Amino acid sequence: MKIIWALIGALGVFSMNAVAADAGQVEQGKQVYQYWCWNCHGDGVGKPGTQALAAKYKGSKPTILDQRTDLTPAVTKIFVRKGVSIMPFFRKTEITDAQLNALAAYLARENAKVQ
Amino acid sequence: MPLLPPNVSATNFSEAVSQFQTVVGKEWVFTSDDDVALYKDAYSPFWGEKEEILVSAAVAPNTAEEVSQVVRVANRLKIPIYPISTGKNLGYGGSAPNVSGSVVLDLKRLNRIIEVDDKRHFAIVEPGVAYFDLYRHIQEKGLKVWADVPDPGWGSLIGNALDHGVGYGFGGFRDHFYSHCGMEVVLPNGEIVRTGMGALPGAKTWAEYHYGAGPYVDGLFSQGNFGVVTKMGFHLLPAPEAYLTGTVIVPKRNDIIPLVEGGNRLEHAGVIGMPEYGSPLGGFGGPPDPELRSLLAKPGGPSAAELEQHAEKTNRGFFSLTVQFYGGEKVVRAQWEYAKEVFAGIRGVKFNEGDFIKFPATDAQLDKAHKVAIGVPNMSIFTIGARSAFNPSPTDGHLWFSPIIPKSGEAILEAQDVFMKVFRDMNMPSLVSAFSVPATWMFRAFVFIMGLPVYRNNIEQNKKTRELVKHLIQVGADHGWGEYRTPPAFQQQVTDAYSYNNHALRRLHETLKDAVDPNGIISAGRYGIWPKQMRGQKKV
Repeated sequence: MKIIWALIGALGVFSMNAVAADAGQVEQGKQVYQYWCWNCHGDGVGKPGTQALAAKYKGSKPTILDQRTDLTPAVTKIFVRKGVSIMPFFRKTEITDAQLNALAAYLARENAKVQ
Repeated sequence: MPLLPPNVSATNFSEAVSQFQTVVGKEWVFTSDDDVALYKDAYSPFWGEKEEILVSAAVAPNTAEEVSQVVRVANRLKIPIYPISTGKNLGYGGSAPNVSGSVVLDLKRLNRIIEVDDKRHFAIVEPGVAYFDLYRHIQEKGLKVWADVPDPGWGSLIGNALDHGVGYGFGGFRDHFYSHCGMEVVLPNGEIVRTGMGALPGAKTWAEYHYGAGPYVDGLFSQGNFGVVTKMGFHLLPAPEAYLTGTVIVPKRNDIIPLVEGGNRLEHAGVIGMPEYGSPLGGFGGPPDPELRSLLAKPGGPSAAELEQHAEKTNRGFFSLTVQFYGGEKVVRAQWEYAKEVFAGIRGVKFNEGDFIKFPATDAQLDKAHKVAIGVPNMSIFTIGARSAFNPSPTDGHLWFSPIIPKSGEAILEAQDVFMKVFRDMNMPSLVSAFSVPATWMFRAFVFIMGLPVYRNNIEQNKKTRELVKHLIQVGADHGWGEYRTPPAFQQQVTDAYSYNNHALRRLHETLKDAVDPNGIISAGRYGIWPKQMRGQKKV
């Protein structure tokens, strides 16, 4: 019995650590989003990314990128590294792979809840 | 087989990469296809063609000392390098070099704000510092200064200034190279030099007095290839208490002549900030009304008289000038009254008082304002090219054609006529009309700028764009108008036009190039300056 509780306890700690790590990555991703993405994809006037997505999806999807629930990490990474339309691609001195992983995690944070 | 720099053996390239890794760490040397593809010009007019510029590697140092060590390696092994700051020079080449196979020296990691002084009004920064970064720093510290900002805000202060970039604020501050003060530069032999007062150990005024003693050399490092700039000082504007705009509207086409004369008088005397010319007929108010549309569709186009009649009938006016005032509230209101006196002699002139802001601006005021005019960096310029209800099929980018013309109404009218003819001759939809006005970023000249489309999947259209740009450059030069800035693909042609006395200026540049960079390692071909071993090939 002691062994089981020890395992549960260990797993619990492991699980909490995993959750903490994910939350930390999502928070880091939010910071990346606010620094690199918000100026084009945020709310308010003069946001070209928000404008473009409004014209593209015509109300079928949220226009503000971090309100989307369909952006998989793979999709985010493609857009950041390949660019789209007038949005250029971003170098690794701008957004490192680790920061891109965090950004992708942030933009996908609500996906599971709606699936 | 990986792309190699021109005239470099695989062995030497491999050794260089290894030594770069020793200097900056393996993480910051990029050689994989995916990684080096990030250094292409996102707005390349050669996208997908064999002429598209590709790089062999990129190396990203973290300090000026590391830059020096990287440059020493490159010089010893004769590796061509191409420094970039934030790499956002879109429309003028982005982060791509002039010569395929070059190693990009990516300075984004040099991102330190060294000093900002809001009592003596200057800043010293590294190349990786973007306008957004400096603005955030100033806001967080509560400093009472403005940096003059360009469109868009993610660019580097240093990169922008070195390519003669411009902004939207007050007076000479808008010319970002003119308003710089002091440089730290890594020369092609790896030596670090400081210019102006910075050459004096312990100098107290590096970012305040330009010249120090002796010849002033800073210009060599702008649009040039004589060194790698690792620090620069900039003069800043004391944060004004208030801001006011007013618009002057005139009824006739030729009224642009006294309108510009008045604008010059006010601007050159320091009364107004950047003048913004426009046409109520052809501005951003959406598509023209049906009557104007039918006038514009007439074979050969409408006459000036017909357009003036339309302007009078619709009570819109033909041209406008928005003037901007910065200072104390009493001062800016008095300046607007004075400005109205300056234009009062133009028959039929009308005045509209515009926005007034007493700082700090409210969110609503910020949303309404032209943010760059009040020192707030942003990205809204891209709303013009991004997908929208008016622009459902956007391009993938643009090239800028940027001829400098005299600061007069006569020059505006001539430039309209000359460039409209170019589009007619090439049987292309005209980007110029009888309502077109120049950009006014420069303090003492206009730039009759046009954005030409580029695509990632339309080689034929890109070819047409390239031919159009070449023709525009030639026609401009024939009329005494040279470009102030241009993408690498056109730098040879643009600088060829600056040919006084059998290209004496280029020959001087080449003499200096041979002396300062005998191995020709830095930015070969930039603005038509080639190292001796490549001269005559003029590769782009």
